[in-house]
Amino acid sequence: MDLLEYKGKQVLARHDVPQDPGGVATTVDDAVEIARGVGFPTILKAQVKIGGRGKAGGIKVANSLDEVREHATNILGMDIRGHTVRELWLQRASEIELEYYAAVVFDRSAKAPLVMLSTQGGMEIEQVAAEHPEALATLHVDPLVGFQPFQARRLAYEAGVDEDVIRPVGAMLATLYAAFVAEDATLVEINPLVVTPKREVVALDAKVTLDDNAMFRHPDNAGLDDSSEADPQEAMARQRGLTYVKLDGDIGIFGNGAGLVMSTLDVVAHAGGAPANFLDAGGGAKAEAIAASVEVILSNPNVKAVLFNVFGGITRCDEVARGIIDAYEILQPTVPFVVRLDGTNDVEARKLLADANLPHVYPETTMDGAAARVVELARSTEGAPAP
Amino acid sequence: MSILVGEDTRLAVAGLTGREGSYHAMNNRRYGTNVVAGITPGKGGQDVEGVPVFNTFRQAVAETQANTAMVFVPPRFAADSILEAEDAGIATIIAITEGIPAHDELIVFNVLKCNPDVRLVGPNCPGVLSPGKANVGIIPAAFFKPGNVGVVSRSGTLTYQIGNELAQSGFGNSTIVGIGGDPVPGSSFVDIIALFEADPETELIVMSGEIGGSAEEEAAEYIAEHVSKPVVGYVAGLTAPPGKTMGHAGAIVSGSSGGGQAKIDALEAVGVRVGRTPTQVAEIAVEILRG
Repeated sequence: MDLLEYKGKQVLARHDVPQDPGGVATTVDDAVEIARGVGFPTILKAQVKIGGRGKAGGIKVANSLDEVREHATNILGMDIRGHTVRELWLQRASEIELEYYAAVVFDRSAKAPLVMLSTQGGMEIEQVAAEHPEALATLHVDPLVGFQPFQARRLAYEAGVDEDVIRPVGAMLATLYAAFVAEDATLVEINPLVVTPKREVVALDAKVTLDDNAMFRHPDNAGLDDSSEADPQEAMARQRGLTYVKLDGDIGIFGNGAGLVMSTLDVVAHAGGAPANFLDAGGGAKAEAIAASVEVILSNPNVKAVLFNVFGGITRCDEVARGIIDAYEILQPTVPFVVRLDGTNDVEARKLLADANLPHVYPETTMDGAAARVVELARSTEGAPAP
Repeated sequence: MSILVGEDTRLAVAGLTGREGSYHAMNNRRYGTNVVAGITPGKGGQDVEGVPVFNTFRQAVAETQANTAMVFVPPRFAADSILEAEDAGIATIIAITEGIPAHDELIVFNVLKCNPDVRLVGPNCPGVLSPGKANVGIIPAAFFKPGNVGVVSRSGTLTYQIGNELAQSGFGNSTIVGIGGDPVPGSSFVDIIALFEADPETELIVMSGEIGGSAEEEAAEYIAEHVSKPVVGYVAGLTAPPGKTMGHAGAIVSGSSGGGQAKIDALEAVGVRVGRTPTQVAEIAVEILRG
């Protein structure tokens, strides 16, 4: 789960990470009220989960309530690379003397947390690594031992941190590491980490990603999830406990097992089509769950045809066939279905489908053949009048 | 021969008294796997269809000489169960459980790293099947027969798909290993490919990868230096959008890392032939096997 900046700040505040106070607004009037409280100059920051907010005009400084009103009006509702701004973070604009960068990353390849510190903050870390490698220090932490004070010193000296702030920068790193572990985070990134003219070290930004699998340990964090408002199909799928990701194309995909579904997307693309979604019905899916999945797929108005690609292991193909038949009868779809069922009870499944004799349901025996068929059907319904 | 599981396997099942655990353990036993014990704290002394249940792994090992563990307990208890199996001296641990917190997997990995005698497969995996010998996990064994193709995969159903196509062409498997779809798998492609390279029964290795992480790239490096047997590859998720988790917790393209094309390029650069669809993978394997 990726958190919006202000929610990341909330999580880090629990661990006493030094940050400036502020507030979040969803309306222009709220923004003005918060600005009145924090004072001027006030910085307004669009809350979206994508980089490049500043360049897109999503971050502005205001020196009066009128300017707050003007900027808030412009930013709220703004589209930043496909993300609509619904919330604004406002705080007193910090006095900045230096911009550093700090992060703790879950490094899958090394099987260890990676701590990074740079004296070139405020730009993308990939750019720092390419252009100023001498200003970036990194090290891996043994998760069984934890982050040690000497490691903080090593990073600070290697990155070239000003001598007088080595102690507070080290303390910041230790705090970020503690938050990373305590919150089951996979990313804690502060960019920029600023040094003020009073030589205080403050986290100006917060990018935090939490591990969904660890939510049972953090019931408080469940409320930080705002993905439900993102997309109607994804919200519907979530309610039904399905693994669904919306994509840009027009071919609905139903499959079992993440790898097989990913492969199905690729094979459809290979055949010249564009998938409308990823949907993994999981192992052992029963007829009702299958009907529920089909409803989610069809609720996307872009879908022109649906491909069912199932290899039955624990999942029984006859259950899948029953689910498809149920869904068909309830939903009366106007788009064609291509069905390829292989594996456990596939013979019964094919017989069930044949006996049901549903219009616009096309059985296929191979994955490649099914992909070619569904692409052809999606094309042939293009330009057809809406039902 | 086969790798990881076979006729010598003596299996202890953590979570044997649970619904899923008992269902699959009994399936494994019907296949011929020697299921010797179950572990459920507080249920020691009971049995599941004649398999004795113990309170701890240590008791189970002492009483039954179990040498392999299958972990089927819920995610919040699974890391503890894996560590308990290791502590009891079990050499092969196969963790089926999906949804274990990433930080727990990190601790498990780093503890087990200190013990070179232990191999963990999974978590979030379908298990290990040596056709005709033993099945530990949830792989539907009916689709596979004994043979010379070793298969290692991050995905269950995709493995069944490829294995089934090989079987239809008349080729069976030495062992099928699901290493799982999590960010911190106990065994990597490299670990399993090394076992297949050393296994006299395995003539060809199929590795089925997917987007996310760099395990396929690491495998390519290893293959170039250490593997004499032919390897056929596959990478799922080529068309997945960046930043979205595709079902498996580990299947995500983040920034510039984890993309599918880079994995294919890395494998092809060291001479691994990579199929563009699962069917192509089977076709390439058959072509090589028929020489």
